[in-house]
Amino acid sequence: MNTPNYLALDFTDLKEPPALSRRDFLARLGTGIVIFVSFGDLASAQESGRRGGRGGGVPADFNAFLRIGEDGRATCFTGKIEMGQGPITSLPQMLAEELDLPLEAVDIVMGDTDLCPWDMGTFGSMTTRFFGPALRAAAAEARAVLLELAAESLKVPTDQLMAKDGAVIDQKDPARRLTYGQLAKGRRIERHLEQKPPLKDVSAFRVIGKPVNRRDGRDKVTGKAQYAGDLRLPGMLYAKIVRPPAHGAKLKSVNTDSCQQVAGALVVREGDLVAVLHALPDAAEAALAKVKAEFEMPAPSTDDKTIFEHLLKLSPQARVVAEGGDLDAGRKLAVKTFENTYLNSYVAHAALETHTALAQVEGEKATVWASTQSPFSAQREIAEAIGFPVKNVRVITPFVGGGFGGKNQNSQAVEAARLAKAVGKPVQVCRTRAEEFFYDTFRPAAIVKIRSGVDDAGNMVCWDYTVYYAGERGSQQFYSVPHHRTVARPSGWNGPPGSHPFATGPWRAPANNTNTFARESQIDLMAAAAGVDPVAFRLQNLKDPKMVRVLKAAAERFGWTPAKAPSKRGYGVACGTDAGTHVAAIAEVAVDAKKGTVQVKRVVCAQDMGTVINPLGAKVQMEGCITMGLGYALTEEVHFRDGQVLDTNFDTYEIPRFSWVPQIETVLIDSREAAQGGGEPAIIVMGALIANAIHDATGARLLQLPMTPERIRAALQAT
Amino acid sequence: MPAPIAFTLNGKPVRLDVDGDRALLWVLRTELGLTGTKFGCGEGHCGACTVLVDNIASRSCLLKVRDVSRKEVTTVEGLARDGQLHPLQKAFLKHEALQCGFCTPGMLLTGAAFLRTHPQPTRAEIIQGLEQNLCRCGTHQRILQAMETAAAEMKGGV
Repeated sequence: MNTPNYLALDFTDLKEPPALSRRDFLARLGTGIVIFVSFGDLASAQESGRRGGRGGGVPADFNAFLRIGEDGRATCFTGKIEMGQGPITSLPQMLAEELDLPLEAVDIVMGDTDLCPWDMGTFGSMTTRFFGPALRAAAAEARAVLLELAAESLKVPTDQLMAKDGAVIDQKDPARRLTYGQLAKGRRIERHLEQKPPLKDVSAFRVIGKPVNRRDGRDKVTGKAQYAGDLRLPGMLYAKIVRPPAHGAKLKSVNTDSCQQVAGALVVREGDLVAVLHALPDAAEAALAKVKAEFEMPAPSTDDKTIFEHLLKLSPQARVVAEGGDLDAGRKLAVKTFENTYLNSYVAHAALETHTALAQVEGEKATVWASTQSPFSAQREIAEAIGFPVKNVRVITPFVGGGFGGKNQNSQAVEAARLAKAVGKPVQVCRTRAEEFFYDTFRPAAIVKIRSGVDDAGNMVCWDYTVYYAGERGSQQFYSVPHHRTVARPSGWNGPPGSHPFATGPWRAPANNTNTFARESQIDLMAAAAGVDPVAFRLQNLKDPKMVRVLKAAAERFGWTPAKAPSKRGYGVACGTDAGTHVAAIAEVAVDAKKGTVQVKRVVCAQDMGTVINPLGAKVQMEGCITMGLGYALTEEVHFRDGQVLDTNFDTYEIPRFSWVPQIETVLIDSREAAQGGGEPAIIVMGALIANAIHDATGARLLQLPMTPERIRAALQAT
Repeated sequence: MPAPIAFTLNGKPVRLDVDGDRALLWVLRTELGLTGTKFGCGEGHCGACTVLVDNIASRSCLLKVRDVSRKEVTTVEGLARDGQLHPLQKAFLKHEALQCGFCTPGMLLTGAAFLRTHPQPTRAEIIQGLEQNLCRCGTHQRILQAMETAAAEMKGGV
């Protein structure tokens, strides 16, 4: 199940924006050699092509492209953005590899809708899997073009030439060589080869597969790296916006007269949007505090405790994800059956950088610098909001200070553009932390119900699985169970109207954190009931060779010795697949039974992600997943009541700190298969990993995330 | 009301006419054009806005600009001296101790201040020293390694 079919679920409203002409586009790039790859050329389509949406800022037949300039440097253009996950390094690695160019000679332009090919957005761990092959194809094509040009120039057959370190060399007379810069000089060449050159074989890699440090590291440790909030334009104003106290609250009246007490404050009212603007951000905030706004509060609804009951009542539309055998027959084969309900609360993205944008409207053209994971979606939303044609809106994405799925929501960019248009000056919108929590598209609260059974030999014989509200990603059963059914209600992360009291959306490995928590907890309690070691039980019920391999690799590195749980050692194990990648992790925890607290002491995580582009970047992502995952496992849940989000800052919404972090060891499986996702997979195991380790330490079974001290103490009492 | 305030910023004298009640964070990021100091939470919880005031790590979102009058302020832009990165900056690069980079300036300044007062820190002391700084990307393990490397290189000096 490697196809990212969950994508289609929540992006059905995407419209194809109009394309620029090829001539307009080339004029932007200047001289040099420009390589286009059209969608139809690619066996492995980028997601944009798969959905039939190309174009945007670029002509409709370009899918990935690059340019070689007269200086011999190559530039990669990508609609992907850099939010810490590392494509600023890994994409140039792929390009350098196929183009036979030193990595240092590769530049990258990211997330600029005027310069980059249309892209759906940076999410789903798809950059390496889907954009990567397109980029490599473009680079291989560029290399073939350079060989052709050199053959014409040197008057030798192409097969007598070789490309190396940014130059084409005559193999019979190595003194005869032309650098890529010389070949590009004074030309404007647009090539599109009929005969597709093959991609390099793994055995020929010299850049791919080598650990490379982040290319933005120096700028980020010296404060030079610019994020959306760091940009300054002459005459710019900072906007602070009147916000409702609760979701569903309606503005009854607003009085902005007192704002005038702050010299220089400018009030803008545009329908529902009431904002105070000032040349200084803190003065804008001071002026906003003087606004008297009255809201009609929404009727009492749900809170973070009653939400599960409310959600189950609605019973959203079901989709059968997978089905096989006959569940009734399976139940009859079982000697032990298990029925459990798993819960998880709403979780916030809580990136350190809040949503920020700077917009400038000049005549009929708008330019918006935004912290966004989806610049092309932002472009369309902005165009609609200010009534401009899409091609007149340019979105530029500076460095993004963390996204995790949350920056696919672009309301701050739309607000900045509306205000900039209204006042005729550049306007910055930077959310406060309270606004960031309030407008976050939370990971949905979710429920999973599982009925499963094992026979007397410890084989899983039936598996009846329903996930409510999380979505179906990661719900597919990869253990061998003859009689099974997996249902998702609904299939995506947006519930039906009236379900969630606020927006929900994709959160790092959407749905999979919930599904893996439920599945791997259920597997574990079946193993314990069968009296079988949890690693052995999994291996007995696994036929997927990749999963077997990663689990064995994790167990070996950890130094696992078989024991029936609870062994009192505090060891836990969990497996999962996400974005085409297989993950297995083993943890050791210590539980303070009196306080109900958990210290995770060690996590070993093994991952098979196919060909690894940058092993250093991959390991950093795995460590990041494991560390971030401690939060949703142990503390993170959004508190709310009647549409009010009660968490407004990091004092009540606790994210992982240094003292929580275990010793983390990562293992990458050596593979020559196609590269898979790396930004999300390792986070999916964290809920079950810790729940299973708590069970092993204490015998208490936690069925709800996060596993707060209160819930742990309650589970211990029930044991 | 605006009044003259003088202090030293990254080794250079600064004199400003500003309302002394304004948060140092915003004065740095607007009038002084130093945007390396980040806004993360505005209430002192996250540490992204940390700067050094007379070598003490301080949350610039909670400091009034008048509080730094006649003091020495160091921001991430002033951590490198004469084009030479601070040992902790070098160690962050060596250990790949950053991802999105938004918490990095605050981590570096908190870490640099800590290393001045703890020349031979234990792992547990480093954890306590950085505990109030948040990183959402989960780069903690590498930041701890970078701190140890920098401590070893500095051997108590800067």
